[in-house]
Amino acid sequence: MTTVSASYALQGRQTSRALLRDFWDGRAKYLAGAVCIAICAIMLAPLVLTVLSSFKSTIEQAALPPTYFTHAISLDSYAKLWSYQDGLLVYVFNSAATAILAIVFSLALTIPAGYALARFPVPGKEYFFVFLLLALIVPYQALITPIFFMFAKLKLTNTLVGLAIVHTAIHIPFSLYIMRNSFDAVPRELEEAAVIDGCNSWQALVKIYLPAIRPAIVTVSLFAFITSWNEFLAALVIMNRGSTFTLPLVLAAARQETSIGGTDWGMLQAGVTISIIPCVLFYLLLQKYYVSGFLSGVVK
Amino acid sequence: MYWTGRGKALGLLYLAPAVVFVALFTAYPLLQMVWMSFHNWSILQPAKWVGAANYLKAYNDRQFWVSLGFTLKYTIYLTPILMIGGFLIALLVAPNTWLRRVTRGIVFVPVVIGLSASSLLWYWLFSYRNGLVNRFLLDVGIVEKPIVWFGEDADRALWAVIISIVWKVIGFGMLLFVAAIQAIPQEINEATMVDGAGYWQRVWRITLPLTARTILVVTLFSIIGSLLAFDQFFLMTAGQPFNQTATSVFWLYLNSFPYLKLGYGATLSLILAAIILACTIVQMWLSRRTHA
Repeated sequence: MTTVSASYALQGRQTSRALLRDFWDGRAKYLAGAVCIAICAIMLAPLVLTVLSSFKSTIEQAALPPTYFTHAISLDSYAKLWSYQDGLLVYVFNSAATAILAIVFSLALTIPAGYALARFPVPGKEYFFVFLLLALIVPYQALITPIFFMFAKLKLTNTLVGLAIVHTAIHIPFSLYIMRNSFDAVPRELEEAAVIDGCNSWQALVKIYLPAIRPAIVTVSLFAFITSWNEFLAALVIMNRGSTFTLPLVLAAARQETSIGGTDWGMLQAGVTISIIPCVLFYLLLQKYYVSGFLSGVVK
Repeated sequence: MYWTGRGKALGLLYLAPAVVFVALFTAYPLLQMVWMSFHNWSILQPAKWVGAANYLKAYNDRQFWVSLGFTLKYTIYLTPILMIGGFLIALLVAPNTWLRRVTRGIVFVPVVIGLSASSLLWYWLFSYRNGLVNRFLLDVGIVEKPIVWFGEDADRALWAVIISIVWKVIGFGMLLFVAAIQAIPQEINEATMVDGAGYWQRVWRITLPLTARTILVVTLFSIIGSLLAFDQFFLMTAGQPFNQTATSVFWLYLNSFPYLKLGYGATLSLILAAIILACTIVQMWLSRRTHA
């Protein structure tokens, strides 16, 4: 008898606890949803407010206290930025050209290197691999002084090629890592078939491997672009002539620019907006490459 | 199947461009940096051997210690916020529902924009008269007068920068933590649920230990990134007041470039590189040890 009643009592307690848990779980579900929405709002607010503010008119920009939301859309800030110093187009061109050069350099260096490391009996292979990852161990922020000195002698300062070289050097370990792994993942049967067909190693690279490693090429290009487009310190050191400035540099210069009694915030917001556009666009289009790139680049 | 016969030579040929590039633009500058650090050198005058004088100079340089201390302080404040915050958000958004996927995507957006763009964006938000942060704090009634975020008090400036950086990079840790949490086999979670363990108990006993390796690697990654901070301080505080918010990279930049003391700049670079190297070794050791 006693055992039975005890087990009933236990059951009763368990049911009431389960009920309580269901109740809290139900609450927790809505609470979690609300927290998600709050986080989204907090993360988006700075971006949205900046983009909106870039469309304020010059008069609204000067309003005190500042307005949260733009009352009337105006392109004043963009017009000022368009003709700022050498003109916006020059800076966008410099940034884009440097980024494209950095993509080309990264691919041209790491595709063959990844191929060699994955598929050839290179003597001392692992030592070469570690050597190529040198930039992981020595941060480029520390190397910028000797690099500047070297570039000054080679006449590479104030050139887009020079800046792209630094950006490539920063990017090489990540890029090589991705390439080597994706060459490793290509089934060897594919290559054997090519050899039987009489392909040499170069033809096999072009015909068999390049199509097979397309995702790696996209990932490397994407990260090379983002690294280069956003990089600031090397650009600041190497480019000191106004006409060679990249977008981040010209924004830093615009920070010091003043209009009516203070920084010209409108122009700065317009510049920030323009420099963000390609980053966000590529993110939306290539999200899965971003995620896979970050995961393989950091954790493994 | 390897390319037989000439395989070795061919392999080296494919490898050569990358090796030459790294030798020229990473290894050679590294050696030159060591050499420069023992010389008194500006671009205008020929180099003069000074032995360890530059190192002694760093030891006696008050600003060197101020910068190093400030950089460490920034790292020590920032890292726990990023790791704990990133992990909590990851816990929240790891399940694959519609709303959580969207939240994940949005939290990650600031990671993909440039650090210089985000610094200037926050420089405006924190500005004294035109910034929306002060407008908001005044509207809500938290403060009576607008706050001078930059240029007056080093700690206040530091917190403003930390807020901007948390916004900028918290999605990075979150993304990696979400991947680690999702990699936990579902059966383990179900087994502990049957045992009647509550949510936080499960987090503490299952999720945390099983994602420990990722957490360690990301922590070291974040520490290294913070020790190399430059853009955000250059653009937001400009080192003000009185170089109190000039980080280590900032101080070496000032010495090498505006002041053109390249030898001393190289010495500061080498010291910084040694600190980073120590962190990298710890990171590699940790990830190998926890991997087994």
